[in-house]
Order: sequence, then C-alpha cells, then structure tokens
Amino acid sequence: MYTYTDFDESVVRARVAQFRGQVARRLDGSLTEDEFKPLRLMNGLYLQLHAYMLRVAVPYGTLSARQMRALAAIARRWDKGYGHFTTRQNIQFNWPRLEDVPDMLDALADVGMHAIQTSGNTIRNVTADPFAGAAADEIADPRPVAELLRQWSTDHPEFQFLPRKFKIAITGSPHDRAVTRAHDIGLRMVRRDGAAGFEVLVGGGLGRTPMLGRVLRDVLPEADLLPYVEAIVGVYNLLGRRDNKYKARIKIAVHEHGIAEISRLVEERFAALRSAWGGADRAHLARIAAQFAPPPWRNGPTLAHDAALADPAYRAWAETNLSPHRRADHAIVTVSLKAPGATPGDATADQMDALADIADAWSHGELRITPRQNVVLPHVHKGDLSAVHAALTAAGLAADNAGLVSDIVACPGMDYCALATARSIPVAQEIATRFAALRLEHEIGPLEIKISGCINACAHHHVGHIGILGLDRAGTESYQITLGGDATETATLGARTGPGFAADEIVPAVERIVRAYLALRQGPDETFLAAYRRLGPAPFKAALYEEAQSDAA
Amino acid sequence: MSRRPFAAKIVTANCLRSGEAVWLTADDRWSPDMADAELIEDEAVADDRLLFALAQGDRVVGAYLADARPGRDGPEPVHFREAFRTRGPSNHVHGKQERRV
Ligand code: HEM
Ligand code: SF4
Repeated sequence: MYTYTDFDESVVRARVAQFRGQVARRLDGSLTEDEFKPLRLMNGLYLQLHAYMLRVAVPYGTLSARQMRALAAIARRWDKGYGHFTTRQNIQFNWPRLEDVPDMLDALADVGMHAIQTSGNTIRNVTADPFAGAAADEIADPRPVAELLRQWSTDHPEFQFLPRKFKIAITGSPHDRAVTRAHDIGLRMVRRDGAAGFEVLVGGGLGRTPMLGRVLRDVLPEADLLPYVEAIVGVYNLLGRRDNKYKARIKIAVHEHGIAEISRLVEERFAALRSAWGGADRAHLARIAAQFAPPPWRNGPTLAHDAALADPAYRAWAETNLSPHRRADHAIVTVSLKAPGATPGDATADQMDALADIADAWSHGELRITPRQNVVLPHVHKGDLSAVHAALTAAGLAADNAGLVSDIVACPGMDYCALATARSIPVAQEIATRFAALRLEHEIGPLEIKISGCINACAHHHVGHIGILGLDRAGTESYQITLGGDATETATLGARTGPGFAADEIVPAVERIVRAYLALRQGPDETFLAAYRRLGPAPFKAALYEEAQSDAA
Repeated sequence: MSRRPFAAKIVTANCLRSGEAVWLTADDRWSPDMADAELIEDEAVADDRLLFALAQGDRVVGAYLADARPGRDGPEPVHFREAFRTRGPSNHVHGKQERRV
C-alpha cells in the first residue's frame, strides 16, 4: 500500500500547524468568520445544523488497518464514538469542537491522513473502484494512477480556485463500481488492440442539473494521462462560468459549448502541454506502482468455506457479500454497514477496531470504503472466510444484504446537513426495516435505493434503481421518486414518476413499486432494473398512484 | 398590493466553539434552549436584533432570523428544520436531546 513520503508528511504537518494558528486566532477574535470560513473549509471543516463536521479524505477509498484504528481512536476521543462513511469514500465526524480539530488533524497526520481538498473549488479526493487491485474482472489496478493524480492535484497552484469543485473517478475494470459517468472526469481503463489506456469521460455530475459524462477520448494512452487531465482542468478553469455557481460545473461548459468544441480546446492544450511534460511523471508513476504491488498471497485449502455453506446464515451472507477475486482461491468481502435499521454508512469506533483486527488477521491489513457506503476486505483467502464471517457476526457487521434492497445509500440529510430540505436517514432506516420484516430481500435480488436530502444529490439518487429526493413542500417533508437509474457502465438517469409522497407515505410507496416488480418479472433472474427496462415506467406508476388512490377510496 | 403581515421571529445562530444551535435572548445572551429566546413581533426590531447578532462573531456563527410562535414555555419553532435544531438528529440520541434524557 502507498505510504507517505517524508515530503508528503512535512506538507501535511505544516498545514496542521498553520490551521492550529488560524483556529487560535479565530477563537481569540483576531479572525472574523468571513476570514476564517475559507480556511476551515480548506481543511475539511464544515458547520452543520447541530455542530461542526470534519470530512477526512480516504484517497481512492483505500485504508490500512492502522489508519482504521486511528479513525476509531479519533471517534472515541473527539467525537461521539462513531464515524460516517460517505459515497465519496470519505469519512465524516459529526461532533468535533472547533478547538479540538487541530489535534484531530495531527492524529490523522500520524497515520498519513488529512482533510485537505475535501471542500472548496478544488480537485477533490480522487475516488476509485473499491475492488481495485482485487477484482477478477480488472485490467489493472487503477490506484497508482489515482495516487499520481492525488499528488498532482494536491496544492496544485493553478487549480486552487476553480470555478467549482472538481471530482475525478477512476476504474480499472469494465464493470464500473466507481460511478465514473457521474464525475467531472471519469477514467475507465480499456485495452484495445493489446495496449492499455483510458476511456476519458467528461462532464458528468448529478445535483440540480443531472448529466452523464460524455466520451472525450476513446482510448488515451496511459502515458498521456496526466498532461491530458491537466489540459481538461485547464480548459475548464478558463471556460467554466464564475458568474453563477449553479452553472459553474464542467458539465454545464460541456453542455453550453458542445463536446466537439471542448474536445478541440482540450486537444489543443494537450498538444502544447504534452511536449513540455517530458515524462518525469512516468518514472514517478513506476515508483508509486511498486507500492501497490499485490500482497504475498496465501496458498491453502478452501474446504472450510465449502463446509460452512451448509450453515444457512453463512450461505446467505456468502451469496450476497462475496465477489470474485483475481485469484480463484480468494474472495472480496463486502462488509455491509446497513444492518436494517442502522444509519447507512455509520460505523462505531468498536466496529472500526474490529474491522482493523479482521483486516490484519485475514486481509493483509487492507480495507476499502465503497461509494455505496460499505467497507470492503479486499483479499480474503477462501479458507479464512468462515472465520471472517464469525468475527464480523460478533462485531454486528455480518448483515447479508450487499446490493439488496436494504443496502441503501443515504446522505446525512436534515439530520445533520445545513443545506438539506428534508431528512434522508430515517427514510432509509424505515425502508430497510420494513423489507427485513417482510423477509423478501433475497427473493427481490439486486436493487439499489439511493436517498438524497436535497437537490445536491450527494447520495446519487438519480442513478439509483429507485431514487428518492427529499424536498420541502410548503413546510413539510416530501419525497420524490425516480426509477430506472443505473450507476454502472450502463449508466442511466432515473425518470421521475410524478408527484411526491409525504414522509408517512414513502415507505408504502416503495413497497408498492417492489411488489409490482415481483408480480411482473419474468422470473427471479430478471432483476428490478432489467424488468423496468423491459416494461417501462407505466406499470410502476400505476402501482404508485392508482393503488394509492384505491387505498384512499 | 398589501404586504404580508410580519410573522414573529427569533434570532438564531451556531456557537463558535461547539457549533451547537443557540438563540438570542432579550438580555443579549445566547441560550442553547430556544424557549429562552426573545420572540420578536416587529420587523424593525427584528432587523435591529439581527444586526446586533451579526456583530457577535466572536461568539456565534451564521446568525439569521427564523419564524417562531409563542408556546407554553417560550418561543417554539414553526418550520421542521428549526424544530430539528432544538433537538438534534433523529438517528442517534445526540445533541440537545442527549442532555434531556
Ligand atoms: C456538510 C455536508 C455536505 C455539504 C455542505 C454538501 C454539499 C454539496 C453540494 C453543494 C453539492 C453540489 C455541488 C454541485 O452540483 O455543484 C454536493 C455534491 C455531492 N456531494 Fe455533498 N455535501 C455534503 C455532504 C456530503 C456527503 C455526506 C456525501 C456522501 C454521502 C456527499 C457526496 C456528494 C456527492 C457524491 C456529490 C456529487 C453529486 C453530483 O454528482 O453532482 N456530500 N454536495
Ligand atoms: S444531498 Fe443535500 S442534504 Fe444530502 S448531504 Fe448533500 S447537501 Fe446535504
């Protein structure tokens, strides 16, 4: 795994010391809030409804066991004993006191972590496939490139004041688990005619004007990646609108100028940059790549797994929470942070410690955070799976629902977020509890529900199979449904069904959609999304609105 | 066109140190309990009290006016967002409600 160099460490320490001074000056009154706010945001510190919130980057979603233990210790000492993992593979602490934040940042720096560029109009934490370096379907591990992008973008002098935030996602697999088409730049590794390169997507983003990324280059040679990305961000820096923050993202520039014009400008700039580049980044990338070398695989019998399948609880978990590993005798374990009724993405300090111990014992000390707010143990030998399952069960982390209806993505919504128009967490809790009680989850099969508490779409509701958006309608919470969204390589924006539902109507509404699917599907192999694509929205709208009327009548 | 009648207001903000929601009282204190807030029935007074609050940047952050109505123990929130600010989140017994149980 990548470990920070002395240079990284000294930069991070210097930033913490600087912020410590800024906090002291804010508290003694020598800095006003107007002066301080941009400084705290640069260090990931927000003010929410009930408290401050510290957002910590987990670069490309990769954490060591040691880092996870440090997060647990921070949660215990300075927060309320838990943390919230987000769709951007970050962790948020919801209850820090202002004066404690510099100490929290120092504790993070002790394990090579920080909160830099988790806010502001900068290039944010680069997100990646949570199965990177482990997935059976992967062309190559995308994280060396992600780390190169992280180093290049951190404190990049030209890109500290972009027109708006800028998000890059990368995957090395044809199966897209990184939602690349909903990012300002999406990078998908491809191999064509034997050579590895990247398909470059640009202009994706959800929020108030949802758009999927468009292809800017079919196959960009890997060697050209950094100058090419620099060319895109440079073009955006000039072209992006600074007059209206709702029109400032690159997606609007792509929309207004057209992909052909963007492409022309990027290629022009790229041609100039490329010749000046000189390839220094290539040698550096090779050094980074060496740090992402695969762990020393363990060989051994996998009989324990086969024997454990006789246990129905183990079997149900194995069917949903395991994914194919690049080595046939290993598996990727998804640890669901979605026990029905729990807050999506929350983990207690004790659970974080348990995850760290499990990773040390059975996953080469490595963990991942997923864009679906779960945790991954990337490299578990099949012979160890039953021991992992037992340890997860003991820690309350063995929910057998990865990818199922109760594995809901939800943003903090109005329980925490100052921008929210409605709550999202209780809706997620109630839907999950309802379907767990019905005991239909495994029969329903893969189904992604995503719930955002406002139009900013932090939970990516537009690309949920069922998307839910919480709004304020004349002083009450109201929930709008979209159907047919897809976050993968076949990305699609969901379509709105019609009028929204009140807080006490939304759970039955979702249940009606799911029951309509069960009644109409061609068989258990036809997933919700496949059935929706075959049938179109009409039968689901009928279930939503006509049944509701007949219930009321 | 006649102007809408002025809806009663309170001044609220977040505490600089803890981030906790606080309300401005009639005697110029910041209380963590909305019931202690000064209920303002007059628009000119409201503007004046907000200016006062905005000048308290060494103690609070982001002061604003929110609708409120008189209640049994003091001013009560009108909008659900403001009601949540008097309690804390609904998924954990954290924030103000933690001290009440
Ligand atoms: C203090 C809390 C938060 C604030 C103030 C905030 C604010 C915002 C805003 C304003 C946007 C829209 C940006 C734009 O379209 O220009 C946005 C987008 C986004 N946020 Fe947050 N957010 C918060 C928490 C979160 C959390 C907890 C997550 C993860 C669960 C998250 C993930 C995202 C994602 C994925 C997007 C991109 C949606 C898109 O594609 O447009 N945010 N956020
Ligand atoms: S979607 Fe809205 S409510 Fe949810 S975290 Fe983002 S800004 Fe807050």
